[in-house]
Amino acid sequence: MSSTFDQIANIIAETCDIPRDTIKPESHAIDDLGIDSLDFLDIAFAIDKAFGIKMPLEKWTQEVNDGKATTEQYFVLQNLADRIDELVAAKNAAPGA
Amino acid sequence: MDLDHFQLIDRIVDLNLDEKKITVEAQVPAVHSIFEGHFPGFPIMPGVLLTEAMAQSSGWLLLGLLKFERMPFLAIVKEAKMRGYVSPGQLLTIDAKLEHEGSGFAVTKAKIRIGKELKCSAEITFGLAPFPDPALRVHMDAKANEIGFPLQAITHD
Repeated sequence: MSSTFDQIANIIAETCDIPRDTIKPESHAIDDLGIDSLDFLDIAFAIDKAFGIKMPLEKWTQEVNDGKATTEQYFVLQNLADRIDELVAAKNAAPGA
Repeated sequence: MDLDHFQLIDRIVDLNLDEKKITVEAQVPAVHSIFEGHFPGFPIMPGVLLTEAMAQSSGWLLLGLLKFERMPFLAIVKEAKMRGYVSPGQLLTIDAKLEHEGSGFAVTKAKIRIGKELKCSAEITFGLAPFPDPALRVHMDAKANEIGFPLQAITHD
């Protein structure tokens, strides 16, 4: 089974037509890969579907805008993979999961 | 269908918020200047307008699901397929279903039929934003009333 990072990287490569081998765990989705908000929306849909979650993009954006978080925390891909793993774990731990 | 004002939906036939789907109708005008150019001697509805009709149908569904607290704005159209000609005077039945509600966006799948014949389909993504101007909210309320939006469906709980 591929890692969360690999799954995200594959989604980004396919959605944004970025060569897969240029997408690294340390890549920043915006600063390094040049992904814009519209493409990220498409990526979010694919990630939500693939992992059965709802990434809280609005909450994350608000935290960045309020200075409570940095874009690196959410948009460096290994960090994004960690956030996704947390969301999946929380979903699996929820009653009725 | 009021092509001059880009108001493409005539009436809501069914809105099912539990199943997250909507059915609407739209009557293509028998006469309009669009058909003089598209195309002379062979008038058909432009695919871009049929796509917009699917987007507006999806928009009404999303407004219902969001209880008119946010406005859906068209962001992405995928897999838009024009499967057959749509001619002046034809009645469109448009079905839209929520595919996914994400954080600040939603994805629908929509279809246009004439009778039982499938004419168009698409997957459509919307950004969901607070109403940018109170006038828009007032307009949407008035339009909802005009096309038979079942407001009781969003106020019962």
